[in-house]
Amino acid sequence: MAENARRDFLRRTAALTGGVVAGTAATTGAARAAPLAIPPTNQEPGRIIEESAYGVPSKFEAHVKRRRTDVLKNRQNLSDWSMTPLQYQPGIITPNGLVFERHHAGTPDIDPKTHRLVIHGMVKQPLEFSMDDLVRYPSVSRFHFHECSGNGLTDWLKPASTTVQQTHGLLSGVLWTGVLASTLMEEAGVDPKGKWVLFEGADASAHTRSIPLEKVLDDTLIVYAMNGEALRPENGYPVRVVIPGWEGNVSVKWLRRIKVADQPWYFRSETARYTDPMPDGKWRKFSMVMETKSVITSPSGGQQLKGPGFHEIRGLAWSGTGKIRAVDVSADGGKTWREAMLEEPIMDKCLTRFKAAWNWDGTPATLMSRAVDSNGYVQPSVADLRKTRAIVGFVQHHNAIQPWTVSANGEVRNAIGQV
Amino acid sequence: MPSARFSLIAVVVLTACAQMGGGSTPGGKTAEGIPLGATGPHPVRALPDKPRFGHAVSEADLAAWNIDVRTSDGQGLPAGQGSVAEGQKVYAAKCVACHGADAKGGAVYGTMVGGIGSFTTNARVLTPGSMYPYAPILFDYIRRSMPMDRPQTLTANEVYALSAYILNLNGLVPADAVMDANSMPKVQMPNRNGFMVDDRPDAKAVRCMTDCK
Repeated sequence: MAENARRDFLRRTAALTGGVVAGTAATTGAARAAPLAIPPTNQEPGRIIEESAYGVPSKFEAHVKRRRTDVLKNRQNLSDWSMTPLQYQPGIITPNGLVFERHHAGTPDIDPKTHRLVIHGMVKQPLEFSMDDLVRYPSVSRFHFHECSGNGLTDWLKPASTTVQQTHGLLSGVLWTGVLASTLMEEAGVDPKGKWVLFEGADASAHTRSIPLEKVLDDTLIVYAMNGEALRPENGYPVRVVIPGWEGNVSVKWLRRIKVADQPWYFRSETARYTDPMPDGKWRKFSMVMETKSVITSPSGGQQLKGPGFHEIRGLAWSGTGKIRAVDVSADGGKTWREAMLEEPIMDKCLTRFKAAWNWDGTPATLMSRAVDSNGYVQPSVADLRKTRAIVGFVQHHNAIQPWTVSANGEVRNAIGQV
Repeated sequence: MPSARFSLIAVVVLTACAQMGGGSTPGGKTAEGIPLGATGPHPVRALPDKPRFGHAVSEADLAAWNIDVRTSDGQGLPAGQGSVAEGQKVYAAKCVACHGADAKGGAVYGTMVGGIGSFTTNARVLTPGSMYPYAPILFDYIRRSMPMDRPQTLTANEVYALSAYILNLNGLVPADAVMDANSMPKVQMPNRNGFMVDDRPDAKAVRCMTDCK
């Protein structure tokens, strides 16, 4: 560790502790009631290696699961969503079985041998691609966060959810692999008058959105793999769009069609839905960027602290407009803040992990995190957002600071809108 | 020669990756003012050794897939027509189980009627009548997504008829209305001017560190 980095580390580790981390018993010579026995796993062989198998988590981790919302319960589960258990995610990558889901008519099972992708409309030559064709192109792999525009929608002015899975779990971090959309667009030859691009799914909702051509040519990916394996069916197998930093809804799954035009289509999914209510009755349209946000995942709602002393505050920060520059943490409801330590790697439009040492004195506390991005944008509070956005009802693209209260007995509770 | 060709392609890929992060314009927007995020537009990179794996097709080959409607003026609406009365019959056969009688909400979904004028109140009601800026959104959405258990099975006439029925229930067309590619784009929708271009960032938070609030 370089000297500068070491000093920086010590300074940040000291944050929120008064410089001394107490509460850890460091006594020597204290005897247990009984000496440690040899574990049975030391005395019998474990399971054999199967001839072939797909590995699954330990049976003791069975509680780490996606789950549907406990708050906004749908009366059917085809157009529904499930949420990532962020409280159990130690890094910036979400395992494939835990990446959140949002479908509009269920998960199709698409045979890659028969699946076809087409590009047409305002192009020189309409083209058709098989999956075998797509994987032959020069490939790219990119780490990006993926977040639904409605993440946090249930928790705006007062708490409705208990856990961070329920408040923020329409969020995942994924290494996407595929081909640049620009590679395929260039081959088809986009008409100079082309300005907008339609992406359409092969699912039962034939989900579709209009995307500005500039974004498609900038960093949009046509993706066939996630986290080192083929896309999961619920995440778009065999091929999907990934539009980095923008609301998840635009990254159309089960992609079958790309069409170029000179105007947007104004589909239902970009008028009646995925628009933002404003106090004067108007709706923000094409509000696709996910703004800078952070959340403490530990301690977080529903957890129980095991007594005063050292606790590492851990969380995730991300920005749809760049990189995370800093995350500040408060333990007193926002009166004082200290800069947390960011963990490498820190990447563009990607989850970034932050940590801060906290010496809890056992009195009630309110924990909050606040991200600052590479453009200097500071994550707002609910009060800051209320100045311009809908003052009642729901809020899309809700990126406000999430407070968690810790009671004297160590219970951690959601305090959105209460601080 | 094969190995030389391979290394050339590898160099191209690396170059493409390196360029993606560069040349960004913070706060870039499209000509229409749609925010793009931090990275602004830049031209498509030419690959010196371009692989081309796409297979040429014609628009005629794609006819069954080409179902999008440009809803602002109805471009893409097919031939056919349907009346309010016909729509009521199709609705009773294929829609009522989920959406309820008179489209007022049923076993699975909420109302598709009313809500006009509710957007400045505490209880916004989002329906095709209150929310859609253009009537052809109904055609596009019903054709691609409905009914949920058998999407893309309705005829164009059935979709026009259902559209007429839903618009009539919302008081936007008379009981004798017939919807087709000509009449549908002309229906005046109350939320026609209800949308504004995204003007975020809209919060001006300050990075206070001590004695805050």
